[in-house]
Amino acid sequence: MSAVVRFWVTHERELATLVAEHILLVAISTTVAVAIGVPLAVFATRRPRLASPLVGIANIVQTVPSLAMFGFLLPVPFIGGVGARAALAVLVLYGLLPIVRSTIVGITTIDPSIRLAGVAMGMTPRELLRHIELPLALPSIVAGVRVAAVVGVGSATIAAAIGAGGLGQYIYRGLSMVDSTVILAGAIPAAVLALAVDGGLLWIERRLSTRRQARSRRTAIAVATSLVVVAIIGSAAFTMRSPNAIVVGSKNFTEQLILGEILAQTIERETGLPVQRRLNLGGTLICDRALMTGDIDVYVEYTGTALTAIFHQPATKDSSAVTAKVRDLYAASGRTLLPPLGYDNTFAILVRAADARARGLRTIEDAAKVAPSWRAGFGYEFLERPDGYPGLAQAYGLSFRSPPQVMDLTLSYRALASGQVDLIAGDATAGLIKGLDLVRLEDNRHYFPPYDAVPVARAATLLRYPRVRLALEGLSGRISAAQMQEMNYAADAQHENPADIARRFLAARRETP
Amino acid sequence: MVPGVELRHVSYRLASGATILHDLSIAVGGGETLALVGSSGAGKTTVLKLVNRLLVPDAGEVCVQDRDTREWDPIRLRRSVGYVIQEVGLFPHLSVADNVAVVPRLEQWSGDRVAARVRELLDLVGLPHDAYATRFPDELSGGQRQRVGVARALAADPPVLLMDEPFGALDPITRRQLQQEFRRIQARVAKCVILVTHDVSEALALGDRVGVMEGGRLIWHGEPAAIADSDDARVRALVESALPVARAETPRRSV
Repeated sequence: MSAVVRFWVTHERELATLVAEHILLVAISTTVAVAIGVPLAVFATRRPRLASPLVGIANIVQTVPSLAMFGFLLPVPFIGGVGARAALAVLVLYGLLPIVRSTIVGITTIDPSIRLAGVAMGMTPRELLRHIELPLALPSIVAGVRVAAVVGVGSATIAAAIGAGGLGQYIYRGLSMVDSTVILAGAIPAAVLALAVDGGLLWIERRLSTRRQARSRRTAIAVATSLVVVAIIGSAAFTMRSPNAIVVGSKNFTEQLILGEILAQTIERETGLPVQRRLNLGGTLICDRALMTGDIDVYVEYTGTALTAIFHQPATKDSSAVTAKVRDLYAASGRTLLPPLGYDNTFAILVRAADARARGLRTIEDAAKVAPSWRAGFGYEFLERPDGYPGLAQAYGLSFRSPPQVMDLTLSYRALASGQVDLIAGDATAGLIKGLDLVRLEDNRHYFPPYDAVPVARAATLLRYPRVRLALEGLSGRISAAQMQEMNYAADAQHENPADIARRFLAARRETP
Repeated sequence: MVPGVELRHVSYRLASGATILHDLSIAVGGGETLALVGSSGAGKTTVLKLVNRLLVPDAGEVCVQDRDTREWDPIRLRRSVGYVIQEVGLFPHLSVADNVAVVPRLEQWSGDRVAARVRELLDLVGLPHDAYATRFPDELSGGQRQRVGVARALAADPPVLLMDEPFGALDPITRRQLQQEFRRIQARVAKCVILVTHDVSEALALGDRVGVMEGGRLIWHGEPAAIADSDDARVRALVESALPVARAETPRRSV
């Protein structure tokens, strides 16, 4: 626990920004959900036949897991893509159901004699809505808003996967570093925020349902409104993005976070331009999409991954041929491949060092012989990719006792070390290989294509800021596989902060040019 | 006769085809109280709803102040017709004063005029303004709520007042008291009143004229004193059932 507190103290400013981003996401999305949901619900009560399909649709939306929802929205123009806008769209969709449902319930459960009295007194439908139905449904509506906001605080943590910021960043960062301190550093404030939102809105709800104090109702509404306004303005001021910042992205595992920091700090130092970090994006295709839409300007890709997973081309073995081909493919879609950083992060088929010694395993071919009695665990991407498991199994005639388990890439190292699985596909540069006493088997049939780490940038950004291109070209060939593994080890095994690791690496590099 | 409400050969059917009213004709003048009596399902409430155009007749016509309800703007019509509904239907989120002030405010009366009217009406129905104006409906007894309902219906001084079982759910003592109050109030305000009740003695006590309904038809109408002379067996049975006033609390038939 004291480690968490120390983390907060040392990351004070970052924490404040993330909390502000989180509040902003929830406040804006809930406000928009109210603005859409309440009129929608009122409409549904006027057309009772529409009410149940409407609630049905909202129900279905609610059951889509939030990560999948972000995925669905990636290719949608305007609201989709990555970043806060897409996150807001998802959070609004999630907020709609409780608000629509509670508003419909609030209006339809009004005593019919009260509505009859209103109609018989000569109220127009609008007057009835304004003077009778909405005031009487208000406590129920606020109850729905409360549910929406609390769900929103939770869902917003997942929004970090598409670079929307918020406390989920710590959670994802902690997950990819397998560092529970960092996870808690994000999870605890998120939980506190959820409780605070719940308690605050419950207080307002109670105020509103004690019908006797008309004045206190008004106070409660005023308090609620001004809190939302203050939250939005305050958080917006905090998270305001400078318009010509360079946005650096990264995928969601340790090496990528460090590389993202290396790119960001290099650009900051060499060009003086403001840099925004949108690290921890949930996967290759999300990064690629973000680069296409301009949500990020640059991130580090691996040539073999680009060739097979992004461009769906057959893998080839020659490293410079792959790089040249990928450069052409990127250039055709307005993106520029910068010079490779200097190391090849191929997939590493890993086993426990003890097993390798006991059975004399050196190559994947050796392992294929004992694999039928083994269990394997692979990351989501590896199972699906054309250069992943299906091809590997074919190339080596691999089969396991049971179908390979799907698990988070970073967690799979721990799963292997603790004996839950017997073989995994990790990264060649993973720090945990050393940290957890694992052994990499040789790809003696040369199944895997080369995976040279290389920054990819939007051509338009490089044209506009030639100094960014110069700065990134300065990284050409500067990172060796050993250095990368060392940095990964520092993060994964010694729990150092990626930003600090990157800073130390860049400083050392300047001393020995 | 001062124009009030007139129904001419009115029939009303439900969408399902069931006929609620059969060829019903009756007129009520200004300052006059018509008491409609009959058992549940006789069509009494339907008559009221036809008058303020919550319903529109399938045949015949309903005229309010010499104008067919179908020619009225329904909102204007309803603001000219006070309606005390059976369940009272006070707005639970509004104070007594605000409940009474609803229609005047919809009519955009000035604040002073609304306040003066609310005071006048609460005094009229026997709820001193200072003690009751700021209370909420759930802080009132059943009888007090009925009084607020009457005050609310009278608020914009409508020429016509409809009352649906206004004293139905009250204990006999409160009920008798409110009946007397009603006569006092009606003597002062002189509206065209249609009052619906299932209680014959109430109808006889409050109506200047009484209409007896059964199965959607008006089977008898006239002055209260004349009802005993009716030769219709159903009317006589009804009157006799009401005679020993002491056993007024006959178990109610529910349909």
